Amino acid sequence: MALCALRRLARASGTSVRFQRRCLVTGTAVRQVAGQEEGVVIMEVRDALNTAMDEELANDDRVFLIGEEVAEYDGAYKITRGLWKKWGDKRVVDTPITEMGIAGVAVGAAMSGLRPICEFMTFNFAMQAIDQIINSAAKTYYMSAGEVPVPIVFRGPNGASAGVAAQHSQDYSSWYSHCPGLKVLAPYSSEDAKGLLKAAVRDPNPVVFLENEIMYGAKFPMSPEAMSPDFVLPIGQAKIERAGDHLTIVTFSRMVGVALEAATELEGRGVSCEVINLRSLRPLDRHTILESVKKTHYVMSVEAGWPQCGVGSEVAACIMESEAFDYLDGPLLRVTGADVPMPYAHNLEQLAIPQASNIVDSAARLLRL
Amino acid sequence: MAAGAARLVGRLGLLVGRRARNYGRMGYSDSAPSRGPEYTTDLAEATVSLTSKQPLPVYRVLSAGGEMLDPSQDPGLPGETVVRMYEKMVGLCQVDQQLYKAQRMGLISFYMTSYGEEATHFGSAAALHEKDMVYAQYREPGVLLWRGFSLDQMVDQCFNNRHDLAHGRQMPVHYGSPEHYFQFISSPLATQMPQAPGYAHGLKQAGSDNCVIVYFGDGAAQEGDAHAAMNFAATLKCPVIFFCRNNGYAISTPVEENYKGDGLAQRALGYGMEGYRVDGNDVLAVYNVTKKARELVVDEGAPVLIEAMTYRLGSHSTSDDQTGYQDMSEVKDWRERYFPRDRLRGYLQSQGLWDQEKEDELVSVTNETIRSAIKRARAEKKPSLEHMFTDVYDVPPLRLRRQKEEVQAMVAKYPEHFPTASHE
Repeated sequence: MALCALRRLARASGTSVRFQRRCLVTGTAVRQVAGQEEGVVIMEVRDALNTAMDEELANDDRVFLIGEEVAEYDGAYKITRGLWKKWGDKRVVDTPITEMGIAGVAVGAAMSGLRPICEFMTFNFAMQAIDQIINSAAKTYYMSAGEVPVPIVFRGPNGASAGVAAQHSQDYSSWYSHCPGLKVLAPYSSEDAKGLLKAAVRDPNPVVFLENEIMYGAKFPMSPEAMSPDFVLPIGQAKIERAGDHLTIVTFSRMVGVALEAATELEGRGVSCEVINLRSLRPLDRHTILESVKKTHYVMSVEAGWPQCGVGSEVAACIMESEAFDYLDGPLLRVTGADVPMPYAHNLEQLAIPQASNIVDSAARLLRL
Repeated sequence: MAAGAARLVGRLGLLVGRRARNYGRMGYSDSAPSRGPEYTTDLAEATVSLTSKQPLPVYRVLSAGGEMLDPSQDPGLPGETVVRMYEKMVGLCQVDQQLYKAQRMGLISFYMTSYGEEATHFGSAAALHEKDMVYAQYREPGVLLWRGFSLDQMVDQCFNNRHDLAHGRQMPVHYGSPEHYFQFISSPLATQMPQAPGYAHGLKQAGSDNCVIVYFGDGAAQEGDAHAAMNFAATLKCPVIFFCRNNGYAISTPVEENYKGDGLAQRALGYGMEGYRVDGNDVLAVYNVTKKARELVVDEGAPVLIEAMTYRLGSHSTSDDQTGYQDMSEVKDWRERYFPRDRLRGYLQSQGLWDQEKEDELVSVTNETIRSAIKRARAEKKPSLEHMFTDVYDVPPLRLRRQKEEVQAMVAKYPEHFPTASHE
């Protein structure tokens, strides 16, 4: 009774309270669903990220977390929950509010040989730090002729959230994936989140890790391999989430889920879609895209960001520059966010981001259904 | 009503959950132990006033002519050390002159001199340990020279030839040398400033007893990065010496237009650290202050700010013409009265460590060294075209390989436009 009252109060005051069964080994919230396959656990993306960081903190003394509210507050989105309590001030560092300072200090720490994971409360605020990310982190290895590596991970939520208006909703995928010297990752599922974040931390290069706030609470099954503390996904390899023969859909992050939803509907109309989850924006897995296009002959890119110079433009150009072009039976179609700053009103916000119906309608146009 | 109660509960929860460090200071509770300010009904007491404030005095040890003003302030350095400071200073002055001329002759693309600020380099560098990491701005090559980087290496970098450590990827004067614990210069102003406490944080984690020094100018000190750096260094307790060369100008912007307060040193108080103001043209004063700062920084693991008052005798760079905005009689005055090289020579002479014969020999040998370095550097091959494409990918992707082939094909097709004989 008291527990329920507290939960209600907490929800009313806007703080998040969790009472969940925890894995004794990793401390992450775990729920076994009745009838689930043996050894498969259901895990939220947020807990997958938390587990990844916990494991990497254990794996390498040089790794540490730095950002606003990451320590005692458990993180603005609770991604770093429990980590300060477990690892202390030296490994989880709270900072004053200045993204250029956070990024700059983290870059300097990386130059000294540490392995910082630098959290931005959202990537919108990282625009204030973008000089440190691009001019310092991304370019220093090249400009020092390999003398000064910068092993750093910049992570945080990217893209639209819910009712936070234009200044909190921009998608930076194309900005960061534009720059040589960076690796840029965009996880979708919990498995992606865990495997790619661990890979990012272990990578000796600067990695921009674009999460998604709406996906933090999404639950996915985790295989026994994915639960291992050594589970690392390769950077630069896309995943075929759903195999198909008639239409290739190239997408990443939250839009993977939307594309899968559309694919189910299209299946009902006799169209078998191959949904490619890019996972990695730089390096981009062109091989998987091109092989798929050669198989299906039709391609669509789906992203939440704005159309001009978006990731879809790069996918289109890659196909045109390759032999896959000769296999096309129609042009690439881009399904993107509306070309306006994100509206605040809930109904307009929904309309400004691709929905499954947008993908289905576009596919129908492309395939002349 | 329920929402309000909920918010109150939430607030109390925060109060209970958090360490009570701040609440006494903010006076939320009358019964909290007093670790903060006192309360007053007299507004004047609660005012930080400009009216009664004098500018912070400037610490110096030598007179304008180089005489020791107060023997108790003499650092007591061995004669050879001070002579070495002078020799390196002459080297810097001469190479600045010759490389400036080289730019005007079209031999190199760009140059920046340290004319008038040489004492800030050698005074501070001599007080550091050789493994203290240096983050510089671009007007501190003397620090590198003190540590053993040669005039030849400086010239190679400015000529971007095959000996340049950065494979010709940086503009001239953007030195770097990991061997000498000197980070590669980053062009955007003040970006090195927050990196310094970051690096120092790493040193602290490793249990090192070295520190970091970060140099920046009065102009760069206005960047957001500067504020972030000092605040972080103080709150995270990082062993960093913040060294500001206040040379009076940020390109054409004089200090009166750059800030309204009393320079940089007093800002230290705002950040919760010690600050010193020193005569930047007095190499021994700079030495004393840096030595003291280093002791404090290493003992307490906390940052310190040094403001070295100096004057930029030359233009900002070869892309600038100071006569357009700087009062040349003011330049002449500083040159005649406070030139660091003359001042140090005056001190050496007064100590019987220097004479005209030594001076003539040093100038002649140094000039010859630099002249032959320039001659050699000019004739050296440039870095290989290969290096346009290296140090980004371990395995170059197909697209880059194709671009490289295209470049090679173009170079082969139009040799008159792309003479490769001059490249490795």
